[in-house]
Amino acid sequence: MKWEVVIGLETHAQLSTASKIFSGASTAFGAEPNTQACAVDLALPGVLPVLNKGAVERAIRFGLAVDANINRRSVFARKNYFYPDLPKGYQISQYELPVVEGGSIKIHVGEMEKTVRLTRAHLEEDAGKSLHEDFQGSTGIDLNRAGTPLLEIVSEPDMRSAAEAVAYAKKLHALVRWIDICDGNMQEGSFRCDANVSVRPEGSDKLGTRCEIKNLNSFRFLEQAINFEVRRQIEIIEDGGKIVQETRLYDPDKGETRSMRSKEDAHDYRYFPDPDLLPLEVTEPLISETKENLPELPDQRQQRYVSELGLSHNEATALTANRDIGDYFESVALSSLKSGESLGNADFKLCANWVINDIAAKMNEEENLPSWAFRVSSDTVGRIILRIREGAINARTGKNLLARFWEEGRRNSEGRGNYIHGGAPDETDEIIREEGLGQVSDAGAIEKIVDEVLAANAQQVADYQAGKEKAFNSLVGQAMKATKGKANPQQVNEILKRKLAQ
Amino acid sequence: MALTLTDVKRVAQLARIAIDDTEAHATHAQLSGIFKLIEQMQAVDVSAITPMSHAQDVVQRLRDDKVTETNQREHLQAAAPQVEGGLYLVPKVIE
Amino acid sequence: MSHATLKQLSDGLAAGKFSSVEVTQNFINKINNLNKSLNCFISVDEARSLTQARTADALRAAGRAQPLTGVPIAQKDIFCAQGWLTTCGSKMLSNFVSPYDAHVIERFNQTGAVNLGKTNMDEFAMGSSNETSFYGPVRNPWDRERVPGGSSGGSAAAVAARMAPAATGTDTGGSIRQPAALTGICGLKPTYGVVSRYGMIAFASSLDQGGPMAHTAEDMALMLNVMAGFDARDSTSLQRAATDYTADLARPLAGLRIGLPREFFAQGVSADVAKAVEAAIAEYKKLGCSVVDVNLPNMGLSVPVYYVLAPAEASSNLSRFDGVRYGYRARDYTNLTDLYQKTRAEGFGAEVKRRILIGTYVLSHGYYDAYYIRAQKLRRLIAQDFTNAFKQCDVMMGPTTPSTAFKLGEKSGDPVQMYLSDIYTIAVNLAGLPGMSIPCGFDGAGLPVGLQIIGDYFSEARMLNVAHRYQQVTDWHMRTPKDIGEGVSA
Repeated sequence: MKWEVVIGLETHAQLSTASKIFSGASTAFGAEPNTQACAVDLALPGVLPVLNKGAVERAIRFGLAVDANINRRSVFARKNYFYPDLPKGYQISQYELPVVEGGSIKIHVGEMEKTVRLTRAHLEEDAGKSLHEDFQGSTGIDLNRAGTPLLEIVSEPDMRSAAEAVAYAKKLHALVRWIDICDGNMQEGSFRCDANVSVRPEGSDKLGTRCEIKNLNSFRFLEQAINFEVRRQIEIIEDGGKIVQETRLYDPDKGETRSMRSKEDAHDYRYFPDPDLLPLEVTEPLISETKENLPELPDQRQQRYVSELGLSHNEATALTANRDIGDYFESVALSSLKSGESLGNADFKLCANWVINDIAAKMNEEENLPSWAFRVSSDTVGRIILRIREGAINARTGKNLLARFWEEGRRNSEGRGNYIHGGAPDETDEIIREEGLGQVSDAGAIEKIVDEVLAANAQQVADYQAGKEKAFNSLVGQAMKATKGKANPQQVNEILKRKLAQ
Repeated sequence: MALTLTDVKRVAQLARIAIDDTEAHATHAQLSGIFKLIEQMQAVDVSAITPMSHAQDVVQRLRDDKVTETNQREHLQAAAPQVEGGLYLVPKVIE
Repeated sequence: MSHATLKQLSDGLAAGKFSSVEVTQNFINKINNLNKSLNCFISVDEARSLTQARTADALRAAGRAQPLTGVPIAQKDIFCAQGWLTTCGSKMLSNFVSPYDAHVIERFNQTGAVNLGKTNMDEFAMGSSNETSFYGPVRNPWDRERVPGGSSGGSAAAVAARMAPAATGTDTGGSIRQPAALTGICGLKPTYGVVSRYGMIAFASSLDQGGPMAHTAEDMALMLNVMAGFDARDSTSLQRAATDYTADLARPLAGLRIGLPREFFAQGVSADVAKAVEAAIAEYKKLGCSVVDVNLPNMGLSVPVYYVLAPAEASSNLSRFDGVRYGYRARDYTNLTDLYQKTRAEGFGAEVKRRILIGTYVLSHGYYDAYYIRAQKLRRLIAQDFTNAFKQCDVMMGPTTPSTAFKLGEKSGDPVQMYLSDIYTIAVNLAGLPGMSIPCGFDGAGLPVGLQIIGDYFSEARMLNVAHRYQQVTDWHMRTPKDIGEGVSA
């Protein structure tokens, strides 16, 4: 029998607020255990929650970004269960009335575009952390994370493969960072997925029994866990067994999922509206204010790059991988203009090539470099491109300058807490002048060099005339080398062609 | 909707309260009496009424996103039954 | 001195007749004499109280005294007070020294009042007789074989026995008004949201409200001036303009329309109670008030509704008591679940466990709609009854309780009988309205009877005025029980 896989994702994005969702404790990552757990987070007797405006604003921002309904009135409920990292014995979450409902995310898998519908996104609080390793026979509880705001984003079961699930998760990950609601740091647990997986005979329109795989904190684990779970379920059904609806945990070391014992009360959370919190009202002014402050979204920007700037789909995709790279690209283009030119005159293709092939490539070489931490400022890159467009230097000189500045920026920043740009726009011009890097476009001078090169390489001239095209490139290289790379390559080409044809 | 002995045990498990058979029987008898009182609610037609969760019809006030709390770990952990290295200790948890 | 009202103490301190240290020492001595037999206080900390008294005297000497500076007030042990053992009447918190102050405590500290000690109460405020306290029952000063009511029974008995000039209480279903009635003192449960719940250990969050317990309406007004007001830490705290609750106390009552809910005078109320309440109403007529019959047709449902909603909220509120971060932890356990189950089985008393089980059941899968949602709908009906009735009257009056103080052990074996003793008070909490009890006479056995006054939302000042005018023409509130030391007995 052929099987169809059905996947829905529940994603927990930690919202990038300074303080917790219901208390004034800090949400900063990595503090000493329990130093950021205040009386409210510890659920001392008598303490009460008060909702953080920053968390609400971020939820609205998300809702607008995925074109969802923002519920004007939503309700916080208590989800009751006992666990030592849950100090109150209940999690404050939204149940029947979430703040965001509906919306969708567009994904691409290979050439195929697909829309994944969202069910809802609701605000809730994170739990603390259980540390199982360090104490003999005991578990240590750190409540620093308890009360960190989460947006739980629930998709419809619209995905049909692990690859689609990963594409969706990646797209969502890029989006929450793009709209500045979550730092997206997966190692620190700021963005985690639970996958609801089921299988059914192909052609069936009835959903199979699903299992929920908890806490997948990397795209790789998400893919591996789904693939394992799909195989496990198919094997059970094909052996005549039945899938038990349950919560499972992925073990990356063993590459398998296993049943979670701690979730035995999962069927009866006794949700009810939290009497300590009143209904959340989202007003029209708050929505319109948020809408005004919402940045251009990745899909919109991608479309603009294609239709208005004439970039290819692939280029536009690369330049919208995150907001920083696209902003950088646009700033480079602006700085590359000759005096009196308007942005319409910018050579967007040229700038895109530089940003994708040089800048983005260099960013990727360094591990853990933040997406905004460019080693060279966009002004400097723009100036280099400007000088190339003017013919003052050739492209190779430009690339050499960039590499040199980039390395300088990397060295300057090393061992410091901040990032310092290498080079500067005016420094670019100084170096070109002082080191004589200006492009040689004097036809007489180039002609002289070409003559010397032809005289010294009789064999290659003969090879070229015998039809070996490769010999031509070698001759160009020799001529460029003789000018220390400064000759206008186009002129070298023309003169060489002319002489060889004589 | 009569409350059964099994219900009592199930609910005690959900509420994490140890209860032996003798206690369960006694509790069952008492709770049955209380639920007889509670069942009076079933006589009224409530279909057209909106549930009332709060005494006042007001909406949630929002707090500015500011860190107002400082580290008070030693002070707050003075009341804890078992602490080590700043962590609250519990018997080993099996996930 | 111990028979003085809060107002008289305040005036005496202001006039320099005595110091706060003298007043405080006097009440501590009374507590030391009587607490063994009445069991009103769970914690007394003489040194701490006297330190506060000295600070208050210094404040006064520096000319920075406010009306309640230096006045000793007993605090119900449900309010977290930094450095004080705060038990909520439970074994579960028998070792819990609060690291922080409740809003109410903070307010009293700021005004320079002295914390006289933490008063006994039904465990987690669940009870109507003070018999569910882990620290033993409180005895009624009017008859030590009888209960003082609950859950604020320690506060009520302490004030009645003149061990404290006034005390705080909390009221979820009558826990201020019922013990006030049974011990012959005054108690006020304000409109929900007027007094911050921050640091007040939660029983049923949507019903709980703190309030004053004292000898006179005027004393309660002085206390409410301190206790009431907006607190950003409680989402249900209401932002309203500050009120001086003493300002209108003397206003004449002529023209006041008193509503008498028929349901309060139907079967169930004892003859002695009915007689005292009717006499009080006759007194009000003499003061120029008119009387109108009103109906609260759904009031009969308030007890069942309450015993769904309050336990539901409580079952969740009390989940934090798990032996992990503070409080009692069972001595022997084999694993985490065992730790939870034994800690909670040993740390909670029978009534608390009973209510947690009820609450867990009504919220559990398959029962939520039939019990919890239905109860919330009926809650609205009950609240609407009051709204309708207030179209015909300014305040409502009736008995606070169906009978006077019952005997220790009389109802403790029968939860349903115990629950029904709150029949006249519970509806007020469900609606979120302010309610008050003031002394209005005695039954044949010499036990006090309480008159309940129910006001519309935020009408505390008017209610205090209504009570004050009555207390100008009657002296029920000044009667004292026998065997409490100095003073005239009833």
